[in-house]
Amino acid sequence: MSEEKEILLEKVRELEKAKKLHADFTSDNTARILNEKRRLSAPLSEAESRKKLSGKSRRGFLVGAAAALTGIFGWRWMSDKTKQSLLRRTFEFNEKVAQVFYRPTRLAPEFPPERLSLPPRVNGFAGLSEDFDPASWTLSVGGLANRTDDLILTLDQIKALPRTEMTTELKCVEGWSIIVSWAGVRFSDFAAVYLPKTIDGSSPDIVNHPENLVPYVSIVTPDQAYYVGWDMPSILHPQTLLAYEINGQPLPLEHGAPLRLASPTKYGIKLIKRIGRIEFTADRPKDYWAEQGYDWYSGH
Amino acid sequence: MEKQLENKHPLAIRWLHWISFPLLTMMIWSGLLIYWANAVYGFWIFGYEIFHFFPPWFYEALGIPFRLAEGISLHFFFMWLFAANGIIYVLYTIFSGEWRAIVPVPGSFKRAILVTLHDMKIVKKLPPQGKYNDAQRIAYTSVILMGAGSVITGLAIYKPLQLAWLTTLLGGYEWARWMHFWLTIFFVLFFVVHVIQVILAGWNNFRSMVTGYQIVEADKPNGEPAEVEA
Repeated sequence: MSEEKEILLEKVRELEKAKKLHADFTSDNTARILNEKRRLSAPLSEAESRKKLSGKSRRGFLVGAAAALTGIFGWRWMSDKTKQSLLRRTFEFNEKVAQVFYRPTRLAPEFPPERLSLPPRVNGFAGLSEDFDPASWTLSVGGLANRTDDLILTLDQIKALPRTEMTTELKCVEGWSIIVSWAGVRFSDFAAVYLPKTIDGSSPDIVNHPENLVPYVSIVTPDQAYYVGWDMPSILHPQTLLAYEINGQPLPLEHGAPLRLASPTKYGIKLIKRIGRIEFTADRPKDYWAEQGYDWYSGH
Repeated sequence: MEKQLENKHPLAIRWLHWISFPLLTMMIWSGLLIYWANAVYGFWIFGYEIFHFFPPWFYEALGIPFRLAEGISLHFFFMWLFAANGIIYVLYTIFSGEWRAIVPVPGSFKRAILVTLHDMKIVKKLPPQGKYNDAQRIAYTSVILMGAGSVITGLAIYKPLQLAWLTTLLGGYEWARWMHFWLTIFFVLFFVVHVIQVILAGWNNFRSMVTGYQIVEADKPNGEPAEVEA
């Protein structure tokens, strides 16, 4: 009995050994581990295989060449005007997609003071003409509810509105970014006092029914040399400020004294310096850099 | 010697593979037009910059300067096609089972070294393999992950406020841009190695990415016993 047991055990060990060997072979074969399938024809002679492949080969290369030529010449023959219109419409499509996913409750991160980029980089002088006296500056506001003419405001009237401070990252369309501390008035606080007109002439409610407001804001420098267009949701974002201070100091002229936009919702090209006039409008406003081929929306 | 015709690359894989080439080219080209406007990266060793991306002659030769707006508009047009092509490719490989030929398996990294030594003609024996060897599995899986990485880092610098969580996760806007740039450099390096390998592998292999078929030895297609399809 015990001898038989011994033989049985020996057989089991052998079986295990064989299995282990098999397992080793399997794990060594990349194709088998994942049960990869190969699609192979029945064995052929060399001549047969060449003959069979040549028909498939010709068709494949002809289709490939036709597709490549269509792509290359299609793109090259497209006129610059068509191409520009295609790219412009893509920007507008991207804008629509961005608006679907846009939530005003999402905020850009804020940074501690030690992360400030000092001194703040100066970029762009369009609209900052030499003959300018900040002391005699006033702000014109058009497109308000319940009045047809412009309202004229002084800097003191703007500073009388609630003050907001934020330290956010400014991203330039060129690709660089700087961390800047701003102080000013939230544009939404400004618009809550100086109410924009609505599409249908009803009384504006910027908190509960911003969708009834006219959809755009046009902002222009006093010399009208620089101008930007904003969509209402981005400008009413809680981090869009009418700023009068940068890094704890009143705005110097090169940073847009006495009043400029500051916001992490869009590229720097939209953050107009030295604001002369703000207008709430139903028509999409013209935009300095959009006219140069940049994205009108430029939203983050 | 007996031969077999192998249906190596399905039609969808071939189209998606070739379409990715002009799309990636346009993404890299428009990316260069954008990068030029703030060309800050270089290759540094012990505090010395040994190579700056890119030298002035490079921009001049390719006519890159002052085309930022064009670059952005092209980038944000082709991004849709590039992402769609990649997503369709990944979905196709999952549902067709092609992923089995592409993803690395346990031991792939070890065997990939043997494959590399074999390619360098240092060792004679090539480890057993399926459609692709282990070095190919790692390379092709990496390049798909790089594509995903480019889309993710791209989104982080495209919408750094609405996707602030993603941008923050990647270490912030500056780091996301840095990763987006280096992924592009690695795409170019992949492309160079890929083209060299295709040239070395020869016509039969190249043709299979166009026609779908390649001729293999009947007894041992790449060292693997043949499974005959009627």
